Amino acid sequence: MSPVLEPVVPLSARRRPVPRWLRRTTGPLLLLVLWQVSSATGVLPSDILASPGTIAGTASDLLEDGTLPHAMLVSVQRVLIGLVIGGVIGVALALISGLSRLGEDLVDASVQMLRSIPWVGMIPLFIIWMGIGEAPKIALIALGVTFHLYLNVYAGIRGVDAQLIEAGTALGLGRWGLIRHVVLPGALPGAMTGLRYSLATAWLALVFGETINADDGIGFLLNRAREFFQTDVIVVCLIVYAALGLLADFIVRTLERLLLRWRPNFTGK
Amino acid sequence: MATELHRQVNYLKGELEKEKVAGESGDAAVRVRSLTRSFDGRAVIDDLQLDIGTGEFVALLGRSGCGKSTLLRVLAGLDREIEGEVLVPRRKAVAFQAPRLMPWKRVWRNVLLGLPGRPGRAVAERALTEVGLGHRVDAWPKTLSGGEAQRASLARALVREPDLLLLDEPFGALDALTRITAQQLVGELWQRRGCAVLLVTHDVEEALLLADRVLVMDGGVIAHQVRVDRDRPRDIADPLLAELRTELLDRLGVKAPEPAVHKVA
Ligand SMILES: Nc1ncnc2c1ncn2[C@@H]1O[C@H](COP(=O)(O)OP(=O)(O)OP(=O)(O)O)[C@@H](O)[C@H]1O
Ligand SMILES: [Mg+2]
Repeated sequence: MSPVLEPVVPLSARRRPVPRWLRRTTGPLLLLVLWQVSSATGVLPSDILASPGTIAGTASDLLEDGTLPHAMLVSVQRVLIGLVIGGVIGVALALISGLSRLGEDLVDASVQMLRSIPWVGMIPLFIIWMGIGEAPKIALIALGVTFHLYLNVYAGIRGVDAQLIEAGTALGLGRWGLIRHVVLPGALPGAMTGLRYSLATAWLALVFGETINADDGIGFLLNRAREFFQTDVIVVCLIVYAALGLLADFIVRTLERLLLRWRPNFTGK
Repeated sequence: MATELHRQVNYLKGELEKEKVAGESGDAAVRVRSLTRSFDGRAVIDDLQLDIGTGEFVALLGRSGCGKSTLLRVLAGLDREIEGEVLVPRRKAVAFQAPRLMPWKRVWRNVLLGLPGRPGRAVAERALTEVGLGHRVDAWPKTLSGGEAQRASLARALVREPDLLLLDEPFGALDALTRITAQQLVGELWQRRGCAVLLVTHDVEEALLLADRVLVMDGGVIAHQVRVDRDRPRDIADPLLAELRTELLDRLGVKAPEPAVHKVA
């Protein structure tokens, strides 16, 4: 009996009646419409959740009077400073323990021990140590960033192919040559993963830090809105947090595309 | 730039002369006496002697796991947990079975990696053209085909102007056709450069086509060797080569099937 043959359809020939992006936006749009309708008919009272229309209006008001841009600036600044501090510490520790046995013995055990403490739980201590100004918020962000970068950069360094290191030695590279041309580039994919995780952590740390004691920034807007039951402002703030997070992710992706061009499998297609 | 290159060559010449004096090696490129290398108490290389003359092409055969790669790594200076005396030229280069190109460096940067001084891109381009890769100078290593990567690795070894070129089954992963081309390439490059070559291989015919001398390693020593006194290019159908082939296969513990002549494409 001869087998039943079926055609292998080329991808390009498969017709898509509706473009994918359109299909993907339909769901959220329908939700938005539903939300607007329930608000307009009074099914969803505005002190539970404001309507999309109100929220859009509030957002444009907050943008116009400069409240939102200022708050965003303050919050983004906190994240950036925390990221830089945490990044420098995390990468430095990872280099120390990744590149030398002695460093590993000294650093790795301590970092692994500290890592098991949930960093959010450090907030009360930070407030006692640093008051309620900028310092504890930045410290919280830096702490979260440090661990993620440390773990990934360290793993990246230790994961570099020993055969490539041997090849580098055979080519006459010295210790620093090996580190510069083989070990660090080899650890870069891991470092980029670490950066992505630590950005996510940084936003989370920002939200925690700002809602607990805020005198400025998006968290401050959020807290004040809560006191006055302004659900529209709260939603605007949440959207801003989300948008900034997405922006950060986009930046890291772009960075990865630039730095990891040599990986043919890395296109994210 | 021309002067830069010139200076670099001079520097290397100086190194070579020092080496000659220091090693009292006369015209030998490799001199190994009573070399022993053990792993966990098991001697993989056991009191081995080996001499390779300058400009001599030597092929090394042996059963899998007999210690060929270990010997090569010792000669390359990559393994120093050894006993015995090993003299090798300072300028030596290795091409491994896997090309081991740094995936994050473009091909031409890979070729220049580790070279003393600051050689320009033109140096790499010349070496890559020599192995027929002039059109892939800017490629990322992971986009090269297997044969191309292997040739890039060869260019990276050659650009060092080695006095000793160590090749560890460099054609092992290549298909039969690419392999023949690559063998010819190595033969030509060797004749042009005149460096000593140690080629580790599993392929008896390859050894006979390329080498001045074929060694068989067994029991941690060079157990057998044959001289191949034939002009190049050689024909594998040559009766002398067929005879040597049978002898070598016998030494390797393989019953030789009747003439390889039929096999030649
Ligand atoms: N790092 C190591 N630790 C322990 N044993 C090793 C190590 N490297 C090699 N060996 C052993 O030494 C022996 C010789 O290995 P080597 O790689 O030199 O073999 P080879 O002749 O190159 O074999 P092949 O032709 O299969 O490549 C093998 O038995 C191998 O298991
Ligand atoms: Mg081997």
